[in-house]
Amino acid sequence: MNDLVIETKDLTKKYGTFTAVDALNLSVKHGEVFGLLGPNGAGKTTTILMLLGLTEPTSGEVHVLGLDPSRQPLSVKSRVGYMPDLVGFYDELTAEENLIYTAKLNGLNRHEAYKRIADVLERVGLQDVADHNVGTFSRGMKQRLGVADMLLKRPQMIIMDEPTQGLDPEGAREFLQLIRTLKEEGITILLSSHLLFQVQAVCDRVGLFHRGKMVLEGTVPELGRRVLGRAYRIHIEAEGDQKAIQSALQKVPGAVQVELADGRLYRVEAEHDLRPAAAEAVITAGGKLLKLDVETQNLDEIYAQYFKEVEHGN
Amino acid sequence: MATEIAQVAGKRDREGSPWTGLWAVVAKEMADHLTSARMRVLEILIVLTAAGTIYGAMQNIRSTIGQDRFLFLKLFTTAQEPLPAFVGFMGLLVPLIAIALVFDTINGEFSRRTLSRILAQPIYRDALLLGKFLGALFTLALVFTAIWLLIMGLGLWGLGVPPSSEEVARSFLFLLVTIFYGGIWLALAMVFSIIFRQPATAALASLAVWLFFMVFWDIIAGVLAQTLVPIRFGFSEEYLKQAQLELGLTRLSPTTLYAEAILALLQPSIRSLGFILPTQLQGAILGSPLPLSQSLLLIWPHLTGLLAATLLLFALGYTLFQRQEIRA
Repeated sequence: MNDLVIETKDLTKKYGTFTAVDALNLSVKHGEVFGLLGPNGAGKTTTILMLLGLTEPTSGEVHVLGLDPSRQPLSVKSRVGYMPDLVGFYDELTAEENLIYTAKLNGLNRHEAYKRIADVLERVGLQDVADHNVGTFSRGMKQRLGVADMLLKRPQMIIMDEPTQGLDPEGAREFLQLIRTLKEEGITILLSSHLLFQVQAVCDRVGLFHRGKMVLEGTVPELGRRVLGRAYRIHIEAEGDQKAIQSALQKVPGAVQVELADGRLYRVEAEHDLRPAAAEAVITAGGKLLKLDVETQNLDEIYAQYFKEVEHGN
Repeated sequence: MATEIAQVAGKRDREGSPWTGLWAVVAKEMADHLTSARMRVLEILIVLTAAGTIYGAMQNIRSTIGQDRFLFLKLFTTAQEPLPAFVGFMGLLVPLIAIALVFDTINGEFSRRTLSRILAQPIYRDALLLGKFLGALFTLALVFTAIWLLIMGLGLWGLGVPPSSEEVARSFLFLLVTIFYGGIWLALAMVFSIIFRQPATAALASLAVWLFFMVFWDIIAGVLAQTLVPIRFGFSEEYLKQAQLELGLTRLSPTTLYAEAILALLQPSIRSLGFILPTQLQGAILGSPLPLSQSLLLIWPHLTGLLAATLLLFALGYTLFQRQEIRA
């Protein structure tokens, strides 16, 4: 079996003259958490809808789990869980009743449905409110119910559109934890977001969308190297001859730029994690090393930098 | 070669049945309708109507017991001032109930943000749309049947005369026609619920169409007939032609079709729904009732017309819904 769970080839979607998705080549491997990033209107949701066969591509090919979503939508949709952004439920029904409807639509029999519902509600921590009307739920609870709704069909892959939108920080943190446990179970996850910090926290790889194109793709360090020219930022606090330490640090292989920030604080932009070499350099330059810290690349910066370049380019 | 063609055809076909999950949708919709507050209001309305008109009719009929072969059917058609007859009320109420059931069926899913989640389950849009239609239709059928049984029971108790088998058959057909008449308005309100994102707009649009056919279409048909076939010389042919055109035009309205159809069903003495020239009446025994089969023959075009309108509207809604982008 093919290791690629999602594979698109020159996937294009046009609405009239507007091109929502432009010749997209996306591949997601089994067991991976892939993040679709980009500003609103960049084509993330359209891409997701095409993956599910909910909208027809204008041209190009899509394969999800080796199936064609526009020709075999039932097979795709019975294997792939989907949670739309700001997922909605029938407010006048209870959490359990909402899930029963989903179970029935998936063709589960009564016995199996109740078993799975109890199971998934417990997993998302909603077992105590199973018989409460969804209308009384908070956004975070609805979002978790959305996850339960996806898991009901025991999906091989799940797709979440802006899953943390509208959640408070605590809710978002819990939600990301939930995503991690799903990943551990070997479920492939595709999620879209414009909240970069969260994407960075859970995604193995990310794809940056801009005007229907995936302009950057890779792991967060890879993107950092490509966009910022560095992947790591090392903070050093050392006492001693400032010039000697600075020039010693500059000579460390992999160091891109060394800045003296404040008295004895140095900031080294580096291509890789060169903490041991930096420590050695400080000591050989006669300095006293007080503190050594590494800050991994920040998707926020990559994002901001990239779009700054794009705008300057135009 | 043949297998190649089959393969190509197989590739282009959608997999599985378009009706996968249909009954899950029907069951959910019916459960929703039957437990909704909206439905309870409608039920009270219709029960009050039935009780009021039937009581009025019974007061009226008691005085004529023994004179009429189709006493039971009179329950439905007899009016006691100031109330109109039950059938008159139904012509008014059925569209309202149908519209009230489905005016927010599709756009409501949009605004609750449930549509994309439901369509991400392994079903086709076909099943969702037809399921919603059937769910509402079955709800209508359930309510009308209950009312019908209630009236039959009241009739037995109040008149003390059992209905003949023909009366039962005729009133049952009346029930069926009423349910199908509801189907038209369901399909119409559903089309509007697909077109308009705001449920209130969809409801208003449906009500506007209903009002148009209830009140204005008869007037417009009259004016149209006078304009298209003006009386120039005062020949009787001219008058006949004009009247026929007017009748034909009014029959474009489902309200007219329904009214004529149930009139012929519930009043067996009605021999024609059009114009009869004196020459056509030669040899006829006036006032003698038609057998059921003949009455049915009389309204056959009406029934097919009603059904065709429902199918057309549903097909329109289906096409619109299939093409709609589901992103909210």
